[in-house]
Amino acid sequence: MKLLWFHLMPYTDLPDDFKQKHNSVWVDIDSRLFDPRKAHVLYNEFMDELEHAAEVGFHGICVNEHHSNAYGLMPSPNLIAASLARRTRDAAIVVMGNSLALYNPPTRVAEEMAMIDCISGGRLVAGFPVGTPMDTCYAYSQNPSQLRQRYHEAHDLILRAWQDPDPFTWNGRFHKLRYVNVWPRPLQKPHPPVWIPGGGSIETWRWCAERDYVYSYLSYFGYKNGEATMRGFWDEMKRLGKDPNPYRAGFLQFVGVAETREEALALYREPAEYFYGRCLHLDPRYALAPGYSSEATQRARVRSAVADAAARSGGGASGQATDFEAIVDQGYVIVGSPDEVAEKLRSVASNLNVGHLMLLLQFGNMNRQLTQYNTELFAKRVLPQLEHLFDDRWEDRWWPRPLPPAETVQPRELRG
Amino acid sequence: MSEPSERHVQVNGRRCRVWEKGEGEPLGFLGGLRGLPRWPRVLDRLAEHRRVIAPSLPGQPGATGFEELDDLADWVTATLDLLEASGLDGADLIGASVGATLAAEVAAFSRASVRRLVLIAPFGLFDEREPVKDLWAMRPDELPALLSTRPAELAAFLSPPAGADALEWSILMARASEAAARLLWPLGDLGLRKRLHRVQAPTLVVWGAEDRLLPPSYAKKFATALGGWVEVREIADAGHLAELDQPDAVAAAILGFLT
Repeated sequence: MKLLWFHLMPYTDLPDDFKQKHNSVWVDIDSRLFDPRKAHVLYNEFMDELEHAAEVGFHGICVNEHHSNAYGLMPSPNLIAASLARRTRDAAIVVMGNSLALYNPPTRVAEEMAMIDCISGGRLVAGFPVGTPMDTCYAYSQNPSQLRQRYHEAHDLILRAWQDPDPFTWNGRFHKLRYVNVWPRPLQKPHPPVWIPGGGSIETWRWCAERDYVYSYLSYFGYKNGEATMRGFWDEMKRLGKDPNPYRAGFLQFVGVAETREEALALYREPAEYFYGRCLHLDPRYALAPGYSSEATQRARVRSAVADAAARSGGGASGQATDFEAIVDQGYVIVGSPDEVAEKLRSVASNLNVGHLMLLLQFGNMNRQLTQYNTELFAKRVLPQLEHLFDDRWEDRWWPRPLPPAETVQPRELRG
Repeated sequence: MSEPSERHVQVNGRRCRVWEKGEGEPLGFLGGLRGLPRWPRVLDRLAEHRRVIAPSLPGQPGATGFEELDDLADWVTATLDLLEASGLDGADLIGASVGATLAAEVAAFSRASVRRLVLIAPFGLFDEREPVKDLWAMRPDELPALLSTRPAELAAFLSPPAGADALEWSILMARASEAAARLLWPLGDLGLRKRLHRVQAPTLVVWGAEDRLLPPSYAKKFATALGGWVEVREIADAGHLAELDQPDAVAAAILGFLT
């Protein structure tokens, strides 16, 4: 199994009365709450944390894209990934990813990802999300009715741009390009592995199966709530005649490790309550752009992960847990001693049949000391118990294929 | 209120429903945000005097095919095809909300296609000093009061008919909403301001005095920019869907203008 360290880069100074005084964390987030001096510290700490995770043995480090969002300070994950490519050696750099419909021309994504792949020596995973309604339809004003059509055209264009050795003309529905000739080219051939972060849409599952891509379910609500979605995914794979190779799937889980369960409960209460109370203070008005959910998805009564979060944020009977006991009880965050966490994650990975486990070990307003503690304890005492799960039966065909060490170069030491 | 007759025409290879009622000179009607889930009272009033023909725009109840329309040229082409196939080429034409936007566009692009024009609260202009509200960033429970002074009646107008599958009906309504968004997202400003002078058809601009989505002051902005004879009628105690809130008053204003 692969264990990946995922950073959302949340702003850690949202005030105590944020939920009472502000409408939401996303789209209309109050810019007066943003202190660039604080962000200077946060960005550097957060990149340190990603680099540290790579050093202590996580197989991959993950970044993602959000816009006008106080729990995700990465409008451009590629900027962070470029820096990580210089400051890490072996870990996969998983960009989860670029919302393809937001880039015009989409060849920009092909270029930047090729740059990251070259700089990192072939360690890039190319994540292609459609993007949430908040990010794409509201913060970026993309037409929700065209979003998926544009996404698919951009995908087709990027994949061809990476593989066609000759300049070509693209006469697409949304993009007309006389000369497509991406330079630089990605190091990995025929192209970096493609992972698709998605909600629970059947079309996405089918498309991942057809293209042989990894499907990653990124929900903030943990393994208990994710079970139905992952079961749906595997049922669909079976129906399509695909093998149950766990590396076809990725799954996100919040985790807090400490020496004992009691210590973990004491340490992770505040950051968890900060995340579920403030960071997921969402406005459902920005969660349901008309046309964002396909008619097939509406028929299947599947709600996207953020629509789900927004609906929960609205409160009421289906309201999300914001107190720590309920957060833990409902499995949003797994806490415990290293052995407890390892045992739980082993059962989660086996039950959900997930080969790429993406871990949020920094969440909410967790400070750098606690993040470092959580990360190190996990790397030393949890990861070794899990990394060989699936080794005997399955091969990860969706992992980057970097250059051999002898062919790679390292950045010079920073001096002065 | 008797039911209209129903037929279908082909636009862009897709079936579009055409409802029709009454005798006399044809009078076209292009529906608003949810199209026509039912035959409304305002069209009954008009059908007492004219042969009312109400074709469904792509995506509205009774018509599909909007997913293939990518830009304004596609929408205008589809609307012109629809009007011609429905027997409305060169006829008097009423449009409501998004239907009014397309009515104004075809009148600008193809002057001969429209004889006289009635625009009920069209999208198409955007003044940042008094912005159009974001229709698509509303909770479902906020919508009725945003659109109508008679929210309960609006809810009944949009509710599934007896025997209809509730899920399929909600998908039908969502589809109409998506089609409107496909044309108008994010602001509804498609550059119509630069074309309104080409509308030479005599035009009645109708606006609900209580329109909370598109400020009633937009009526004057349209009147100023339109190229031909223009009358403006503000309808008291009516919201954005003035033709549903005050069907008798709106029908009377339209018939007064057309006679």
